[in-house]
Amino acid sequence: MDAFNKPGFGTTRKITGAGYGMRDWLMQRISAVVMIVFTAVILVSCLLSKSTGYAWWAGLMAHPLMQATAMVTFIALAWHAWVGMRDIWMDYVKHAGLRLTLHVLTIVWMLGCLTYAIRALWRI
Amino acid sequence: MAEQDAAKKRNTREFRNINAVKDLPKYRLPAAGVVSILHRISGFIMAALLPLIVWALDQSLTSELSYARFIGVFSAWYVKVVLLGLTWAFLHHLCAGVRHLMMDLHMGMTKEASKTSALAVFGVSITLTVLIALKVFGVY
Repeated sequence: MDAFNKPGFGTTRKITGAGYGMRDWLMQRISAVVMIVFTAVILVSCLLSKSTGYAWWAGLMAHPLMQATAMVTFIALAWHAWVGMRDIWMDYVKHAGLRLTLHVLTIVWMLGCLTYAIRALWRI
Repeated sequence: MAEQDAAKKRNTREFRNINAVKDLPKYRLPAAGVVSILHRISGFIMAALLPLIVWALDQSLTSELSYARFIGVFSAWYVKVVLLGLTWAFLHHLCAGVRHLMMDLHMGMTKEASKTSALAVFGVSITLTVLIALKVFGVY
């Protein structure tokens, strides 16, 4: 455990730290904007449509443009949630091994949700 | 130092190196601080319940039959409550996120504006959640 945190030589960065750069900060903003745009598109579609029910909903989501937008949004969501969850673990979990385990579980969780969402979108 | 002196002058308690058990219950968090911690909590809730959200999407899209089943499941009151919890989490996270993005663009950076925008986050997210709750439970 201590070897992970303070090796006594070279870099003293933890193996489970952030990217130590602005990439994640920027990605968090970009992915947020993507999700805001998708929310607005769905909201406007709901407000403009005269019909409701399965036929309308499935028809809307089956449109290639909508499918692509939804896909990009889910990728943005998974990435955004990963950065956010990782920040939470980094703030509260100090033990490097436990933190690494939680990071791995979070990645598996997000990738599982992402593939499930892609499957749902592609089957329409 | 200036803040410590000001705290002494106002005769308020000074908190340093806050202990979660001893100090947090007595610590009066400003509105922006409450928005911030709820931003984190709402994000965690949505990430934890993400499979449920994707399952709902899948059910709503797969077929006419699964769509009807999905509507059926979501007519139970306790499912509605969970869904409204998620609705609040989404709305709060969205509003607090927009506030973040505005501050990134250096809008509303003063202490006063920060308090106003924090209260606006609560105003918008809670009002919308209540309106949706009333609709979902068929009040209007």
